[in-house]
Amino acid sequence: MYLIGELKEGLAIAFAAIRANKMRSVLTTLGIVIGIVSVTLMATAIEGIDRAFNKSAAAFGTDVLYIQKFPWMSNDDWATIRNRKNLEVQFAGKIERQATYVDAVAPVVGTMRRLSRGTYSMEGAFASGTTHQYINAAGITLGDGRFFTAEESSGGRPVCVIGATVAENLFPREDPLGKTIRVGGFPYSVVGVCEKQGGMFGQFTSDSRVFVPLFSFQNNFGSRRDVTIQVRVPDPAQMEDAKMELEGIMRKLRNLPPGKPNDFNINQQEILTNFFGGVTMVIATVGLFITGMSLFVGGIGIMNIMFVSVTERTREIGIRKAIGAKRRSIMMQFLVEAAALCLIGGVIGLIIAFPLSLIVDQFLPTAMPFSVIFISIGISLAVGVISGFLPAFRAARMDPVEALRYE
Amino acid sequence: MSTNNHVIELTNITKYYDMGGAEEVHALQGVSLTIQRNEYVAIMGPSGSGKSTLMNIIGCLDTPTSGQYLFNGVNVSEMNDNDLAKIRNKEIGFVFQTFNLLPRSDALHNVELPLIYAGISSGERKRRAKETLEHVQLGDRAHHRPNELSGGQRQRVAVARALVTRPSIILADEPTGNLDSKTGEEIMGLFEELHRQGNTIILVTHEADIAEHAHREIRLRDGKIETDGPVKKRKSIMVAAD
Repeated sequence: MYLIGELKEGLAIAFAAIRANKMRSVLTTLGIVIGIVSVTLMATAIEGIDRAFNKSAAAFGTDVLYIQKFPWMSNDDWATIRNRKNLEVQFAGKIERQATYVDAVAPVVGTMRRLSRGTYSMEGAFASGTTHQYINAAGITLGDGRFFTAEESSGGRPVCVIGATVAENLFPREDPLGKTIRVGGFPYSVVGVCEKQGGMFGQFTSDSRVFVPLFSFQNNFGSRRDVTIQVRVPDPAQMEDAKMELEGIMRKLRNLPPGKPNDFNINQQEILTNFFGGVTMVIATVGLFITGMSLFVGGIGIMNIMFVSVTERTREIGIRKAIGAKRRSIMMQFLVEAAALCLIGGVIGLIIAFPLSLIVDQFLPTAMPFSVIFISIGISLAVGVISGFLPAFRAARMDPVEALRYE
Repeated sequence: MSTNNHVIELTNITKYYDMGGAEEVHALQGVSLTIQRNEYVAIMGPSGSGKSTLMNIIGCLDTPTSGQYLFNGVNVSEMNDNDLAKIRNKEIGFVFQTFNLLPRSDALHNVELPLIYAGISSGERKRRAKETLEHVQLGDRAHHRPNELSGGQRQRVAVARALVTRPSIILADEPTGNLDSKTGEEIMGLFEELHRQGNTIILVTHEADIAEHAHREIRLRDGKIETDGPVKKRKSIMVAAD
């Protein structure tokens, strides 16, 4: 009851004081507005970067392991690993027979080929040869049609599944299903189209790829290529066991004696998400620190103006003390005023930042995280209380006799 | 706790101000006095006599360097800031020469202010503030700001603010100093009425004709009490001479 009465009085005084010094209040609040706008936009941008990374990484599939010649991220000396032998297609069949934790195994080979259809063409597309199991051992989803069947796969039929970007380039106005395209000059009939994946890994996503049966690929584009073996582990809890098992199988296939290091790597999406998680964290820390500086400057502005306000109202403080205001009451009055200034700044900042975040969204798909609203309100209040503290403390400690005598 | 009728008991109060270096100003040099309930006392003296210092100590705005101050039997000479604020809030009503109203608040809110710090609920506050404003004949000016009121009206708002907590003493520091003599007389009339209603009034002034409204006069000189006794009434003569 006691506190509520004083708090109400504090709010009433704060708003009266803000109204009485409009220009000053606007200018002071501007510092907080700019601070909140930059911090919230930074948070929105970081959210966007995070989403983009996660979306890109999702293209690799969370449950898929990639058995490859080279690691995705490594501190190893390139010289020690560059002479590793290529992986072979036949490994896939052996892994499929021996591995117990996996439910799909697909060998994948790839090369760059020009795609064309009539007058339409696309350079820099990535042609991949694989088996029908690929659809289960990769992070792709079909948007239309189907993946090639086991029969088409083992028979090396001239069928293909194309990525979303390929479809856009070769079939700007038509349904690609059933039509024939040329991959490096060889005709393939389109049976399926992948959903768009987006992201920042270009040809590693399905978007600019074309998938054809492995045998057909080897016939048309050669068979002496490095192979990636993609396997799916259906139970995420068995991921580590699966990796151990695969490592054992691979070492046997490679005839590695004990003590010799692996000459292959088992890669996983997690490697990317961990790496990008670290990158995002660094960007977030640096970005929020720099934008936080503007909020800090805004806070100094508030502190400055609160000192002015306290000095100007010395006599008022004297009057209030004379009629019974305690130190705490005076302290609260000025803290409430500083907090109110900052809160107004924070709310205006959010109102300005929201449409700006929609503009950011055009370049970097994102949305202002909902939590940002509460966090920035909380931060503005905190900035107000912290920067109001010293001036309020000075006011609270004033000697009533001297304060009353102040002209 | 004393059970006598003393509101204020000062015993050998001194107040020194350290002016830096070896210099010290001895504003009060051993003042002892008692004031009873429902007395009407004028404290007089030329400037520099220590009367402002004495008023600040009696008003619990300041504490003495040495000596004992009992307020309603409670020793306030060694109280901390917060306890003094509580005493000022509940037991002392101040009326200042310069009114000291909050310029941005209307009369009602100015009168309400001590009740806010006393923690009284909003409804009760409004009711009591209105009642007190009516008591000083300003019921119709409740929503006027100080700059919309005349000097006399402002001082009456200040008197209402002093009265609203029903304090033990009303401490008026040159309450007519900023008023013309006619308005000053009106305010002094108000004080007389408050005294008749049972209030204890302490009037600090250097004007003899204002001090004459009181019943007891304490004269200070050089930080000491020079005389303390009933007011010699010359009033009728003065009024006639006016």
